[in-house]
Amino acid sequence: MRVSRIKAITKKELIQIGRDPLSLAMAFIMPVMLLLIFGYAITLDVNNIRTVVYDSDNSSLSREFVNEFKRSGYFTIVNNITDNRDIDKYLDSGMAQVAIVIPEDFSRKLKGSKNGDAMIIVDGSDSNTATIALGYISAISEIYSQKTKGIKITPLIEPRIRVWYNSELKSRNFIIPGLIAVIMAVIAALLTSLTVAREWERGTMEQLISTPVKSPELITGKLIPYFMIGFIDVLMSVFMAVFLFEVPLKGNFFLLMGLSSIFLFGGLSLGILISIVAKSQLVASQISMVATFLPAFLLSGFMYAISNMPAALQTVTYIIPARYFVSILKGIFLKGSSLKLLTFETFLLMLFGVTVFAIANRKFKKRIA
Amino acid sequence: MEENNITVRVEGLTRRFGSFTAVDNINLKIKKGEIFGFLGPNGSGKSTTIKMLCGLLLPSNGKGFVGGYDIMKESEEIKKNIGYMSQKFSLYDDLTVEENIDFFSGIYSVLNNKKKERKEWVLEMAGLKDRRDAITKTLPGGFKQRLALGCAILHEPPIIFLDEPTSGVDPISRRNFWNLIYEMSKAGITIFVTTHYMDEADYCNRLSLIYRGKVIAEGTPREMKEKYMTKDILEIETERFVEAMESLNLKGIETAIFGGLLHSTVDNADRSIPEIKKILGELNIKVMRVEKIVPSLEDVFVKLIEVS
Repeated sequence: MRVSRIKAITKKELIQIGRDPLSLAMAFIMPVMLLLIFGYAITLDVNNIRTVVYDSDNSSLSREFVNEFKRSGYFTIVNNITDNRDIDKYLDSGMAQVAIVIPEDFSRKLKGSKNGDAMIIVDGSDSNTATIALGYISAISEIYSQKTKGIKITPLIEPRIRVWYNSELKSRNFIIPGLIAVIMAVIAALLTSLTVAREWERGTMEQLISTPVKSPELITGKLIPYFMIGFIDVLMSVFMAVFLFEVPLKGNFFLLMGLSSIFLFGGLSLGILISIVAKSQLVASQISMVATFLPAFLLSGFMYAISNMPAALQTVTYIIPARYFVSILKGIFLKGSSLKLLTFETFLLMLFGVTVFAIANRKFKKRIA
Repeated sequence: MEENNITVRVEGLTRRFGSFTAVDNINLKIKKGEIFGFLGPNGSGKSTTIKMLCGLLLPSNGKGFVGGYDIMKESEEIKKNIGYMSQKFSLYDDLTVEENIDFFSGIYSVLNNKKKERKEWVLEMAGLKDRRDAITKTLPGGFKQRLALGCAILHEPPIIFLDEPTSGVDPISRRNFWNLIYEMSKAGITIFVTTHYMDEADYCNRLSLIYRGKVIAEGTPREMKEKYMTKDILEIETERFVEAMESLNLKGIETAIFGGLLHSTVDNADRSIPEIKKILGELNIKVMRVEKIVPSLEDVFVKLIEVS
């Protein structure tokens, strides 16, 4: 390995990236755009449940019951209707997800010693939202009962629930760190996937392979500039997470950047490997998109818990580096995990990087055909 | 040829691509400091051969040594000792002249204390001293060509391979390019050059003519002319040369137009000159001059390729 050769390649790549607006956009604008779009689009919180009210009692007690829903912040009353046949219309069209139906004798029963009945209809076609809405509905009904009648139900077991790590249960807090992992997995491979293929396409590779440059020198020289870019991308993403999305960073910032670097090494090496094998920029960029985005999005534990997957699929997740990076980012952001807790993930990321780098070196041939 | 003076030696070199044989069992011997011309029409196997010699392509059969290193096993050693300039322009056209030179200087590990001197040498040689900051893409063909040559020899290799270095370059640039090659040859550098411009063949010390993957003739330009051209060439300067050509051909004298002149291929010049004068005289075509000339290599190659 000669440092002079690595330096020459790194410098050349940096100049080329700097002169190519498309490369620059891919390097710096794409990750920011992706984080913005996905960061705002993906939310698992259920708010503003559209609710229609059919109140045939129309008493102060019934209005108070409806108000309780409004106050919770989870329900938005879209309309008060006077014809119960309209309920179907609202639910069928999706104008409402929940209908509150209050019978005429609601307040009369409540004022007597009987239980008041109210019918709540929930659109179950989106089962996730429906389940969460059901939870809210029973909680609100219970609060209302306590308020109006002073009834206190004493359950046999009263769980005292404390949520650790993301105590506000904001889905954004765990989505954003995972999202950074997914985006960086895609960007890292995409960044380097063009670099070798481009030289074959432009014919510059023919000159390069006639020189004494060695393949680890060439690959290292090409990795360094993209590593710098990837590092800046991670920095930008972390800053956006903390200052724009207001995700608390509980752990050590330097540990975060250090482990991200290990991940970048693997991701960038994967891009180079793809570029070496594909020899065409178009094919290389498509392969790297498919090879990184889908596994990172679906199998990394970013959206769907790995423990819920069938056993065979769970095994597959072990070879997906994004899986470890998702754990690392979520751990450091939300739990303030230390390196000791993340040893397994760190080790496997290193193993992945070194393996892919070694394969890329073997696959790169200084020959034509 | 003294064996210890040979820098490139190839025996039975063959390269097949599937069922197609691009290079078929060729032998070459090239002396140190020689300008060796490898000639042939497009697609005859020139580039395939040069790539095998440079360690870019593995031969299917045969053996070969470049600068003492085996082309089968020691291609990386070969790459330290050669400069290669490919047929297609292959510098970085989004880099400036100087950035390209610096890059290859780094790749060839040119020593720090020589870097500046070598850079200035390339800039001077390529005539780019005032355009060192120009983006390579914007340079005219001739300048690009010389810059590519300069970058390929920054490390002062003892052997240089040039694949069609002058294709697509204007005549004056071609002339300059060949002057450069002469200078390097004088400095003891071995030069292997392919071309399909037959007029460039005369610039070489020795030649091989390759056609459909096979070497069909070899020798110095002079040997080629004497050995393969058994007939005489007559140059005729005359009025109404189209009519003259037609009538000579009718009488069985093989004649073709060369510019405003005619070239006739005959068995014996002394016998044919009076005959030609007689034929044209009968037609009242004035003949200014008929004389025997030295055949050009183009005449030789056209004949050789027709034969094979």
